[in-house]
Amino acid sequence: MPEVLFAMKRIHRPLLLTVLLVPVVALLAACGSSSSGPSKSITLYNGQHVQTTDTLVAAFERESGIKVNVRSDDEDTFADEIVTEGSNSPADVIYTENSPALEYLQGKSLLAPVDSTTLARTPSRFNSPQGGWLGVSARVSVLIYNPSLIKASELPTSVLQLAEPKYHGKLAIAAGETDFQPIVTSVARTNGRAATQKWLEGIKDNATSHIYPDNETISSQVNRGAVAFGVINQYYWYRMRAELGAGSIHSKIAYFAPHDPGYVIDVSGAAILKSSKNQSADQKFLVFLVSREGQEIIAHSLSFEYPIVPGVTTAAPETPFNELQPNSITIPQLGDGSTAIGLLREAGLL
Amino acid sequence: MGTQAPAIRGPVPPSRWASVSPRRAPRPWLLLGLSTAVALVLVAPLAFLLFEAHGAGTSTIVHLIFRELTASLLWNTVRLTVVVTALCAVIGTAAAWFVERTDLPGRRVWAVLVVVPLAIPDFVVSFGWASLSTRVAGFQGAVLVMTLAVYPLVYLPVAASFRNSDPGQEELARSLGAGRLQTFWRVTLGQARVAILGGCLLVALVLLAEYGAFEILGYQTFTTEIFTEFNVSFNVPTASALSLVLVLLSLVVLSGEGLARGRGRLSRSGPLAQRAIRPHRLGRARLPALLGFAVLVGLALGVPIGSSVYWILRGGHAFLTGVSLLDATWHTALYSAIAAALSTTMALPVALLAIRHSGRGYLLLERSTYLVLAMPGLVIALALSYFTERYANGFLYQSAPLLVIAYAILFFPLALVGVRASIVQAPVGLEEVGRSLGRGRVSVLLRITLPLVSPGLAAAFCLVFLSAVTELTATLILIPTGVQTLSTQFWAYQQNLSYGQAAPFALAIIAIAALPSVVLGRFFDRLPSRGRPAR
Repeated sequence: MPEVLFAMKRIHRPLLLTVLLVPVVALLAACGSSSSGPSKSITLYNGQHVQTTDTLVAAFERESGIKVNVRSDDEDTFADEIVTEGSNSPADVIYTENSPALEYLQGKSLLAPVDSTTLARTPSRFNSPQGGWLGVSARVSVLIYNPSLIKASELPTSVLQLAEPKYHGKLAIAAGETDFQPIVTSVARTNGRAATQKWLEGIKDNATSHIYPDNETISSQVNRGAVAFGVINQYYWYRMRAELGAGSIHSKIAYFAPHDPGYVIDVSGAAILKSSKNQSADQKFLVFLVSREGQEIIAHSLSFEYPIVPGVTTAAPETPFNELQPNSITIPQLGDGSTAIGLLREAGLL
Repeated sequence: MGTQAPAIRGPVPPSRWASVSPRRAPRPWLLLGLSTAVALVLVAPLAFLLFEAHGAGTSTIVHLIFRELTASLLWNTVRLTVVVTALCAVIGTAAAWFVERTDLPGRRVWAVLVVVPLAIPDFVVSFGWASLSTRVAGFQGAVLVMTLAVYPLVYLPVAASFRNSDPGQEELARSLGAGRLQTFWRVTLGQARVAILGGCLLVALVLLAEYGAFEILGYQTFTTEIFTEFNVSFNVPTASALSLVLVLLSLVVLSGEGLARGRGRLSRSGPLAQRAIRPHRLGRARLPALLGFAVLVGLALGVPIGSSVYWILRGGHAFLTGVSLLDATWHTALYSAIAAALSTTMALPVALLAIRHSGRGYLLLERSTYLVLAMPGLVIALALSYFTERYANGFLYQSAPLLVIAYAILFFPLALVGVRASIVQAPVGLEEVGRSLGRGRVSVLLRITLPLVSPGLAAAFCLVFLSAVTELTATLILIPTGVQTLSTQFWAYQQNLSYGQAAPFALAIIAIAALPSVVLGRFFDRLPSRGRPAR
């Protein structure tokens, strides 16, 4: 047997050397590359869709010469990470799909005020009343349905009907998505906590095995006929259509009745962390988000969100923003989402 | 042959010129120090979680754990683990028996093809199936996908065991009047029992830790729930408490395997009993057997690869931007290679100490590192992330070194297996000759031991590298800002339903992982280095 091992030794000596040398070389390379970054850069915690952010960031970098390091994850994760990170946070700016995460950070006094001239560019009802964060774009909650599995006339017109037994096995939801929490908050505002609790339990029964991790999955599963209908934000359907091509679309979207508690406008926003050491660069990034150029990018990219700066509109076929008839719930009423999370948890949906 | 060291019992000098008794040798302080340091690093994440969960207060934890959701998660996790493990045991053992013990046509080709699925990450198998049909979902989908993804973990050890076990016992059983079936059941499977159990243990641990595949299939387990919890609230006590339940489940599996295995017995009549095994003639069963293999390989290998190719051909819009394939490949290879080197280096002192020096304490030290097996990647990643953030002032937080350290910890048991195997094989006599000729300990280590065990180091390196390349869960949490690996970029595309863009990343992972799999196959093929069965 020693002969075998000696033969192997000859074969493997270079391999052994490689094994031992790789970390040294790699570490040197890593050190070299990390010290040679551009002079001015900010770190963005991105809870928004990557493609929206990437297009915006690329345009901003071109224009300002400021490099933006993007870290993408769920915005709720980021919000709590920032709280834990405290003054050590590597983040300068946070950009989210929904307002509650920003409200939560504002409540913890972790946000620096946004310049008032920047805030003035967008309608004040879409910004933080305290000025801690800036509204950037908006979306609306709708139903996605597969006409071969459920007729449009059979769809619920109110979000409260989602809990009715006749929808057992037909409904899909993404309880962990940040887009679902505003609906829960809105229902709790109109109907109270106890009724909302009961409603959520009904939803849980109806959704059976169709509780999905995100809206993309709901859209895809409804479109493929795995489940009849689900609750999403409108832009997921448009995005799916852009990705798959109109020929592969077997689903439609439907709106709730005007002013229904489920007919909620969700605002996507951005904020600067108090702990950031690049405040002026951060402010420039926020200005860019609500600049004409930034808003046009949002309006015409494959994001399909509604820009909120007056004068910039999305391309057809989306229902124009000013024709929507949402519920009257305001941003402060949507709050930091803790009520919704508590209710979802008690219902066993989280 | 006389230099064959016994596996566990330590350094009984087997050759007659080994005059120095290790008991009189001085304590190996350097090895002991290094090994202790390694063991501490490995157990640290668990200790940290216990500490955090404790700090959260009992009522919070009780409230979190004892609720309806936990019961349903437990039920989901346990029933899947039981069913898939059983299926893998049957499929893996059957495949191994046909390849090693029968005259199945094309055995050498099948031997490679049934192992290759190991190079395909579970989440890619899941993606391959789920993107083709909506019916692959939920419990049944999870059973199908996971069985196809992990059965090689049973096949590999069982095939090795069939290859090396003593055919004399089967012949003896037959000659004593046992029927074919009885012989197979009591002797053949009896000899492979330890290997089957070992494989099942690995399968069960993988199932407990899996995240990506279940997320795609919409199947909730403990791991997916911890991930959701982490997403909804980056919350130390919540995640720690749920993680501890997961660790507990893994410990149950580990100790269950230990109990079922019982005391290992040497199933060999004598040192020279190894000889050519006469393969069973399949006869008329040949065609069904071939068909079975074709179906298995088609489902486990054909579907994920075919589906990836299909999505690439189908194209789709360049909808999402992301890092390039080249960039992601570079970072994947870089992190995985450093982690593999680090893990292998860490395993060396632990294995040397346990095998070359006698002492219960040393063995215990080695065994303690296996605790890592009970910690899923998600748990280790969360622990490291919290720790650097809260107690290290953000040092290494969200950095490449931390990701590499996480890989090194996570896959340490694999590195140890590889290193251990070849230290056991290396004749201790050569080291003693070296020392008797006046060489110092370090010199002997560098000039004699390391070259002798280098095949094992290479195998350990490959095992860790392969696992790191296909890792998703910990990577998602620890990835440095602005960087994507193949698996995280695949995941980002997959989650955005950009299948056409995700598919090339899936194929790249398979391509990178396949290479070390082949190297590994060769290493473990040679390892016994005794009489080879006739082919």
